[in-house]
Amino acid sequence: MSTFLGMPSLPVFGSGNLHAAESFPKAAHRELGNAQLRANLGHATHTIRDKRLQVVSELPDWEQLRDAGSAIKENVMARLPELLEQFEANFTARGGVIHWARDADEANAIVAGLIRDTGETEVVKVKSMATQEIGLNEYLEEQGIAAFETDLAELIVQLDHDKPSHILVPAIHKNRTQIRDIFLREMPDADPELTDSPAVLAMAARAHLRRKFLTAKVAVSGANFALADSGTLAVVESEGNGRMCLTLPETLITVMGVEKLLPGWRDLEVFMQLLPRSSTGERMNPYTSLWTGVTEGDGPRNVHLVLLDNGRSAALADEMGRSALHCIRCSACMNVCPVYERTGGHAYGSTYPGPIGAILSPLLTGIEAEENSSLPYASSLCGACYDACPVKINIPDILVHLRSKDVDSKRGTKKLPSQMDVGMKAASWALSSGKRLGLVEKGLPLGRLAAGPDKKISKLPGIAAGWTQSRDIPAPPPESFRSWWAREHGNPNDGVVPPQETATQGKEGQA
Amino acid sequence: MSAREDILGRIRSALSDAPAAPPVPREYRTTSELDEEALILLLVDRLVDYKAQVSVVPAAEVPARVAELLAEARSYVVPAGLDAGWLAAVDDGTSTGRAAGAGTERRRVDAAGAPLGVAELDGIDAVVTASAVAVAETGTIILDGSPNQGRRAISLVPDHHICIVAATDIAGILPEALRRIDGIRPLTMISGPSATSDIELERVEGVHGPRRLDVIISR
Amino acid sequence: MRIALFATCIVDAMYPRTAQATVSILERLGHEVVFPAGQACCGQMHVNSGYLKEAVPVVANHVAAFDSADYDVAVAPSGSCVASVKHQHPMVARSCGDTALEARATAVGAKTYELSELLVDVLGVTDAAAQLGSYFPHRVTYHPSCHGMRLLRLGDRQARLLRSVAGIDLAELPEADQCCGFGGTFSMKNADVSSAMLADKTANIRSTGAALCTGGDASCLMHIGGGLSREGSAATTLHLAEILASTLEAPASVTGDVRVTTGKASR
Ligand code: SF4
Repeated sequence: MSTFLGMPSLPVFGSGNLHAAESFPKAAHRELGNAQLRANLGHATHTIRDKRLQVVSELPDWEQLRDAGSAIKENVMARLPELLEQFEANFTARGGVIHWARDADEANAIVAGLIRDTGETEVVKVKSMATQEIGLNEYLEEQGIAAFETDLAELIVQLDHDKPSHILVPAIHKNRTQIRDIFLREMPDADPELTDSPAVLAMAARAHLRRKFLTAKVAVSGANFALADSGTLAVVESEGNGRMCLTLPETLITVMGVEKLLPGWRDLEVFMQLLPRSSTGERMNPYTSLWTGVTEGDGPRNVHLVLLDNGRSAALADEMGRSALHCIRCSACMNVCPVYERTGGHAYGSTYPGPIGAILSPLLTGIEAEENSSLPYASSLCGACYDACPVKINIPDILVHLRSKDVDSKRGTKKLPSQMDVGMKAASWALSSGKRLGLVEKGLPLGRLAAGPDKKISKLPGIAAGWTQSRDIPAPPPESFRSWWAREHGNPNDGVVPPQETATQGKEGQA
Repeated sequence: MSAREDILGRIRSALSDAPAAPPVPREYRTTSELDEEALILLLVDRLVDYKAQVSVVPAAEVPARVAELLAEARSYVVPAGLDAGWLAAVDDGTSTGRAAGAGTERRRVDAAGAPLGVAELDGIDAVVTASAVAVAETGTIILDGSPNQGRRAISLVPDHHICIVAATDIAGILPEALRRIDGIRPLTMISGPSATSDIELERVEGVHGPRRLDVIISR
Repeated sequence: MRIALFATCIVDAMYPRTAQATVSILERLGHEVVFPAGQACCGQMHVNSGYLKEAVPVVANHVAAFDSADYDVAVAPSGSCVASVKHQHPMVARSCGDTALEARATAVGAKTYELSELLVDVLGVTDAAAQLGSYFPHRVTYHPSCHGMRLLRLGDRQARLLRSVAGIDLAELPEADQCCGFGGTFSMKNADVSSAMLADKTANIRSTGAALCTGGDASCLMHIGGGLSREGSAATTLHLAEILASTLEAPASVTGDVRVTTGKASR
C-alpha cells in the first residue's frame, strides 16, 4: 500500500486492558456497597492530599513549573514524529534496540520474543502502566514465561490475583491488615508471626524478592520519560526495585507509550520537580535512574525499547482530547477526585482509573468501545482534578467534549431516543426563549399540588428518580421571579424594563 | 508497511491540523541565592527528613568519620577511583593507608576490569562512594558513575551506603544541579534510603535499596 | 451603574426570592437594575450533558438577551451560570462554526459577574453590615461551590461578605472544598455516587450545628437542601444573596424558605 502523505486517515484505536466491561454507574453501585473499600480509599486519599498540598505550597514557582510542563508537552505532541525519529537515532547510536508496536498484541509478541531469545523463562518487572495496559503478564504466562512484579503494591495485587485500582499505588484499596493476610496466605516464605505494620510488611517483601533480583537475567520496565536529544530513558521510583531491575540483569526490555518523550535534558528539571510532589507528596522520590543505551561495564548489555502506539495516535487525532496524552501518570487527579474516592479504581474497568482514566480510556479505544462511553459521565465536573494536574490537563473540558462525542455518536442510530434525549430537546426549546420559559413557569405552581401539604416532592419517575433517591425537591413557588418582576416593573415582553420602584424583599412570593 | 512507518504515518495524520508548538515559558527558578552555609543547612534538613543520617565535617575529618560509620561493617566495597585518603583511618586488619585499589580483608574494590559478582556484592555489608552533585532543596544526591562513585550496582546491593558530598558540589535547586551533570552517563538520583508509600500511602523507609544511608558533607 | 440581572432559570423558576434579594442589594447601593426579558438559561445543563447542538439555541438566546449597550454590567446570583456564560458560550458558538456569535458571546461574558465578584471587585463592598445594613442573627455554615471556587476563582469573596454581616455566627464547614455531588445530570446518571458525596456533605453540615448552609449557587443549595430534607435534618439552605439582603427591619424570611425547602410547614 502506498502512503497518502498529508491525507488524514481514520484513527486506529487501541486494545488491551482499556475497557469498562460494565457501565460505570453499575460498577460504581457495586463498589459503593463495599464499606471496607470506602474506608481504605478515604483514608489513603486524604493522607496523600494533605502531603501533596504541603510540598506543593513550598515551591514559590509551582504555577510557573506547571505552565512550563504544559507547554513542553504541547510541543512534544506537535512535534511527535520528528522527536520520535530523533530519539530513535540517539538511542540506537548508543547501543539500544528500538521496536515499534502498533497495538497491545504486537507489543506482547515483541516482548515475549525478546525474552525467548535469551532462553529465560522468568523475568522481574518494575511497575509499568504500559505493560499493565497491554496485559503483558497474562500473555507471558500463556507463553510459559513467569513475570514477577517487584513493586510492593504490584506484588500485593499479583499475590492476591487481584487487579490494580490506582496507577501509583495499585493496592490502594487494601489496608495493612488485608495486606498482611495476603502475604501470610500467598508467600510461602512469610513469617507466620508477621504483623500488619507497614515497615514489617515492607521487610517481608524485601526478603521475598531478594533472590529474584539477584538472579534475574531479564527485566521488563516502563519509563517515565524519554529524552529525544540524547536517547535517555528515566524511571522514577521509591523502593529500589526499579534500580535492581534496571541495573542487575543482562537484558532490559522497556515498554513505553510514544507520548512519553521530552525534547531534551533541560526539560527534565521541570518534570522532576512536578512529578514527585504531585504523586507521592514528596520533595523528591527516593530513586530515579537514567540510562542512555548501553554503558560498557555498568548495567544491562542488551537494552531494548518497545515504542507503543495502541490508540495514542487516535487520541492525538482528537484536537480537544489530545492533551490527555500530556499525562505523566502522577495520580494527583484521582487522589483529589470525589468520585474516585468513593468508587475506587476497579469501577472504571480500564488500567487507567479516575479522572484521567475517564478521558484517556475512551480516547484510546474510541467512545463506542464496550462501556467506555459511560466513563466521561463519571464526574460531577467539580474541577478538582484540573487544579491538581501538574501539566494542567483540562480534564473537565475533555470530559464534556467526550460526552458530546458520545451523544453525537448515538444520534440517529437508535430506534427510539432516550429519555435524556427527549428531555434535552424539550429543555432546549423551553430554555431558548424568555417567553417560552415564562409559559413553562406558569405551569410550575401545579407542582405545589403534586408536592402536597409538606411542600416537598419525594418521588419522581424515570431518570429523575435518580434525584429523588436521596433528595427531596422543594415545591415550586407560587410565582416565578419573571412574573413578579413584570407585575412590579411592567411587562417583561417589552424588552429591557427599568424598575419603577425600589424592590422590597419578601413582599410577595408567599402564597 | 513496517510498524514503524505505520505508526509514524498515523501520528502525522493525527497532526494534519498542524497544531502549533508553543514557546515554552521558563519563568520558574533556575538559580538560587543561598551561600554555602545555607545550602548545607538545607540539604541536612531535607536528608534528615528522609531518615538519612548526616554529618557535616571538615575535609580533614572525613577519614575518621568514614571509619566510625564502617565500625560495624564486616566488609565494605569501594569503587576503584575513590579518594584513598578517605579510607586512611579504617582498620582493615592490615596496615592502614594502602591505596584503595589494593583491597584488604574487609575492603573489596570494584574495578572496571574486575567487577564483583552480584552474589559477592550481596555478601558485603556496606559501600562507600563519592557523589557528583547534590540538590539542597530536595535532599537529592546524584551519582553519575564516575570512577569515585563506581558502577550503579555497588551502591545498590549492599545494605548500607556511605556517601560523601563535597560542600562545593551542593546546588540549591534541581535546575542548577542538572546543569552540572552530563545526562548521557548512567545516573542515579538518591533522596534518602529506599522507601515505600504503598501501604495506605504512609511512607516507611527501607525496602530493596540500601536501608541505611549515611551522608558525610565535607567542607 | 445600570446593572442587568441574569436571574438564571433555576432561581427564576424555583427561588424567586434569591433574585429579589439580589435586586434589593444592588438598589440599596444606589444602582439601577434592569431585567432583560428575553433571558432564560445559560445552557450549561445541555453542554455538560453532551448536548452541544441543543445548547446552541439556548446560548444564542442568552447572547441576544444580554448583547446590549443598555447596561454597564450583568450579574447573576450563581457561580456556575456565570462560569458557563464566560467559558462555555464562546466554545458552543465555536463548535457550530458561528464566529459572529462567538465574538458576541465573548463580549457578553466579559461584562458578566457573579454576585460576590460584582459586590467586592466592582462595587467595593467590604462591610455588608455597614454598606448594606445586612443583619442575620443565625448560626450559618457556608459551602463554596466548585464552579465559583475553581472556574471563577472567587477565593474568599463570599466568605468575607458573610463574615461582615451583623449578628451572623459563621461556622466553618469541614471539607468545605469538596463537591456536594450535584453536577447537573450527574446527580441522576450517577445517582449512587452523587448520593454518597451528598451524604458526606450533609454530615459535615450537621456537624457544625448550623441552622443553615449558605452558598452562591442555587442549584447546589437545592441539592444539599434536598438531601438535608430527606434526612429529616432541621438544617436547611439559603442563598447568600438573601442573607446579604436581610436587615433588622426586614429580616430574611427564613421560615418561608425553610418551609418550602424542607416541608417544616406541616409542623
Ligand atoms: S492527568 Fe494530570 S493529575 Fe492525572 S495522573 Fe495525569 S498528570 Fe497526574
